Amino acid sequence: MRSYLFPEFQIFRDESACNQCRGCERQCAFGTHIYDPVADRMVTNEKLCSGCQRCAIFCPKNALVVRPTPPYYRPNEAWTREKIDDLKKQAETGGVLLSGCGSDKPLRIYWDNIVLNASQVTNPSIDPLREPMELRTFLGRKPDLLEIDDCGEISTELGPNITIEAPILFSAMSYGAISYQAFNSLAMAAREFGTLFNTGEGGLPRDMRAEFGRYATVQVASGRFGIDAEYLNCARAIEIKVGQGAKPGIGGHLPAEKVSSKVAATRMIPEGTDAISPAPHHDIYSIEDLSMLIYALKEATNYELPISVKVAAVHNIAAIASGIVRAGADIVAIDGMRGGTGAAPKAIRDNVGIPIELALSAVDRRLREEGVRSRCTIIAGGGIRCSSDVIKAIALGADAVYIGTAALIAMGCTLCQKCYTGKCNWGICTQDPRLAGRLDTRIASQRLVNLLTAWSHEIKEMLGGMGINAIESLRGNRDHLRGVGLYEWELDVLGVKGAGE
Amino acid sequence: MTERRVRREIHEKEISSCSIFGAMNRDGERFTGEGVTRAIANMHVRGNGLGGGFAAYGIYPQYQEYYALHMMFTGGNRQVKREAKDEFEAFLCANFDLVYDEEIPHDDEVRVMDPPLLWRYFVAPNKKGDEARLSDDDYVVAKSMWVNTQIENACVFSSGKNMGIFKGVGFPEEISEYFMLDRLYRGHIWTAHGRFPTNSQAWWGGAHPFGLLDWTVVHNGEISSYGTNRRYLEMYGYKCTLFTDTEVITYAVDLLMRRQRLPIELVSKVLSPPVWKSIDRMDEKARKLLTALRMVYAPLLLNGPFTIIIANQREMIGLTDRIRLRPLTAATKGEMLYLSSEEASIRLISPDLDRVWTPNGGEPVVGELSERGCQ
Amino acid sequence: MEAQLIDCGTAGPALNAVKSWRVGEVEIDATGMPSKELNNLLRNCMLNGTRHFLLKNICGQRYIGTRLFGLMIPLDIEIVGTPGNDLGAFLSGHRIMVHGNVQDGVGNTMDDGEITVQGRAGDVLGMSMRGGKIFVKEDVGYRTALHMKEYMDKKPVLVIGGTSQDFLGEYMAGGIVILLGLGGKPHLANYIGTGMHGGVIYLRGDLMPSQLGQEVEISPLDEEDRAILDRYVGEFLDRFPEIGMCKEEISEGNMIKISPISKRPYGKIYAY
Repeated sequence: MRSYLFPEFQIFRDESACNQCRGCERQCAFGTHIYDPVADRMVTNEKLCSGCQRCAIFCPKNALVVRPTPPYYRPNEAWTREKIDDLKKQAETGGVLLSGCGSDKPLRIYWDNIVLNASQVTNPSIDPLREPMELRTFLGRKPDLLEIDDCGEISTELGPNITIEAPILFSAMSYGAISYQAFNSLAMAAREFGTLFNTGEGGLPRDMRAEFGRYATVQVASGRFGIDAEYLNCARAIEIKVGQGAKPGIGGHLPAEKVSSKVAATRMIPEGTDAISPAPHHDIYSIEDLSMLIYALKEATNYELPISVKVAAVHNIAAIASGIVRAGADIVAIDGMRGGTGAAPKAIRDNVGIPIELALSAVDRRLREEGVRSRCTIIAGGGIRCSSDVIKAIALGADAVYIGTAALIAMGCTLCQKCYTGKCNWGICTQDPRLAGRLDTRIASQRLVNLLTAWSHEIKEMLGGMGINAIESLRGNRDHLRGVGLYEWELDVLGVKGAGE
Repeated sequence: MTERRVRREIHEKEISSCSIFGAMNRDGERFTGEGVTRAIANMHVRGNGLGGGFAAYGIYPQYQEYYALHMMFTGGNRQVKREAKDEFEAFLCANFDLVYDEEIPHDDEVRVMDPPLLWRYFVAPNKKGDEARLSDDDYVVAKSMWVNTQIENACVFSSGKNMGIFKGVGFPEEISEYFMLDRLYRGHIWTAHGRFPTNSQAWWGGAHPFGLLDWTVVHNGEISSYGTNRRYLEMYGYKCTLFTDTEVITYAVDLLMRRQRLPIELVSKVLSPPVWKSIDRMDEKARKLLTALRMVYAPLLLNGPFTIIIANQREMIGLTDRIRLRPLTAATKGEMLYLSSEEASIRLISPDLDRVWTPNGGEPVVGELSERGCQ
Repeated sequence: MEAQLIDCGTAGPALNAVKSWRVGEVEIDATGMPSKELNNLLRNCMLNGTRHFLLKNICGQRYIGTRLFGLMIPLDIEIVGTPGNDLGAFLSGHRIMVHGNVQDGVGNTMDDGEITVQGRAGDVLGMSMRGGKIFVKEDVGYRTALHMKEYMDKKPVLVIGGTSQDFLGEYMAGGIVILLGLGGKPHLANYIGTGMHGGVIYLRGDLMPSQLGQEVEISPLDEEDRAILDRYVGEFLDRFPEIGMCKEEISEGNMIKISPISKRPYGKIYAY
């Protein structure tokens, strides 16, 4: 069947600058650039281009410009070019449209409509370069009160808690979805900076356990990949993955192309099969089943590790979170609808779930109303893009944030959304050794540490501006936020006043 | 049927910038309010006349077994105030045994702005049904919270035994004159406050000290963690109705010291903890204890500049924020302990002093009643 | 000799509080006198030829000395009592001697002149000071010498007999601070020299490296340092003879020199 689709990207080559070095041909795994030896020039097949910009950035002569093809149908607000082309693709294939990354649709981004306070006159700002400014955060369950005996010993039992030096963690990205090199870079950066990375549902390769186990949150997902007693006990925390923001309600799917021998060994499934994570955990059909699994994991780790439950932000998230806390979880991780993924059906990615800002506010308020907020730590994720997003999340009630997409961008990702093809030219979302080998773990982990360092500095500056010198004094402190350009109901849900109020 | 949407809070938070003073006789000998009035008046320029107040302990010896409720009934005119008083008294009779009540004596000649109707009641709890399992103190707290949120124009502003708060809108020396503190009362602890509020709301309830049972707090500074502190305390049943930072400090002290029975040395480490760099360098036992305190009570860390004087029947405590952004001078002369925003005020009433010092940030100055004083 | 009541051009109760025994000298009883009234009085007396002031019963009055600008001749002001905040703020060239303790903000942005304190001082002593000298016999509070600065030959000097609290020399850009630690108490200040990018602090006693800010280092004293110490410690001892020590005894103690590592301590943290 002939395709009725135009290419998504146009490529312009400055022929006078190009010296036919064939670098672009080597860089592109999609086969977009081919050298024609007869004509001694590069030939481009634009239909194959994913728009990942690898060739343009690596061209030594800056001869390439890769641009999205402008909309070329008659302008139509309801039938946008994307809607038309998606429909045509389905007509051609009869299949479900897949995509990678997080939702790119123009739903309101609340981070961009919230502004922060600063101290003037009645309260001094604090300069983080000269005075102490503390970002240390503890993840885990806290008791309501501490009983201390006369000798100064603590008699209350303290639940297991993890110390991280800044309220930012790497979100779950499985080995299999991302390359071994990318996975390793996250582990190295977490170790150097003093935070945790998350194994995602792909397990933790044995050769990494001794060195990186203590910086890992290991996931127990519905596919139960790679889980054994050593996996659980070498880690710092365990996360039960019930859902993720990019695809709430459906399971995961790692295509067979990406199940290399090493991936298969880590996940303990046959090489070259599809790795399917079912939609629900098939032993969790109700909240009491979740409680059973939580305690099973606590037993399996001698009650020494905090147990986290990760859910997607959906309509009833407040009640769900309350249930999770009462079921015994120490950490509740909420993933908003803009969370990323290696592969998800586009329809689910763009339409299911709610924004993290609203979900976080609702959960924080509900847990406080029920008097159980101290029993859990809230981690929020799903489209955290910069340090100001982090601060706003903390002020809305999060103890810490998860970053996924941001970490990948630090390593080179350009959000071309073709992760599911396994042909990531940046070496991040691929199992092809030729491509994955492009990612130097020393450089990539350094870029990640730089990211965390830069954001930490910025967070300290903003905290100091508010007259606060310890992050715990901002947690849930909505009085330092104001909304601009938001409706009344949005301000109500966020619990934030309008600017000037 | 859809539920009504929960509305966000729109109230304005008051900012307290001001002067504070405290004097205690550690042997329990009682003295009039004249000295602390002169001392706080000496710091006149730190306030702007929109608030002043005093707390005094040991002033009702003849009713020392009973809770002395100081009430203010506000409203546009006398009629509204009377109605609030009537509604309150109906509630009072249903929940307490009343021993004695009267208008709080005051001098009408003194210039103060729009005074409310001020009354004091000496009461004992009258617990019924389920309430019998509450302690007397918890009962009084619960009933006070109820009055302050449910009865319009009525406000309990002092609820301890054998002590009382006297406050209002005016310079502190004017308030002292209004309530005749230099001649009507003798107490062994006095604290005082002069206020510089940054909005012109002339509301008597907004002045300091703020009190709950026999805790009182006077406060200089602004709590930037107010939103965090308030939301945590609300989980424990404390309703923040007076829109001042000082309110959360008082409730935090009640929660930690009365309900959770932590000593002041540890409470000061919760409110004003040392920085992690210092904690990491301590010996293991201290490190574990301080880390646990900071971890569990993180939402009670008071961030922002502050100096506070907390008092109860047996103690007067001065505490500053962890990097000492607000001043506090402490001094002793024999059995007297003084705390002040400025040294000059102490010298005014006690020119010779045994010892004068400025405490470190986060380290409390604690005056306790001696054994002799406890009798 | 009969004390003469003088009219310094102010009306009201202040009139009775002012006495003069000699030409050019004035004694003022400041009991109950608000700060502004006192400072009005000082200025009027100055304009009328007074060159020596004795202020008695001072209790909390602020900005003493600040109003006395514009005169090229230095005045002498003696204070009995406890002056209020900002003593000698913006002082431009007079000599103030206090028989007692002082409060916060002494020598705030002081340009020239001298302040001597027979007792202790409070917080932010010598903040943004840019010239002149301050001598304090005992201890001082927080943030001493914050952003002290110097330019060419205008170099402020601060000599403290006792110890300091946290943030000594914070953000210092110039000038000389000498902390002698007499009286035996250990130095417990933290964050010493945090943000410092100019000037020098000499401290007599012992310190842990953890007490210093990141921007400073300790180095050995050279000839120039010793000359500076010799001069200013001498001036300090002249003002407080009751201490009963001599320069040699003081220099036998362990003297530490604290100075900034770089003039641009924060150059590397920005991404351009």
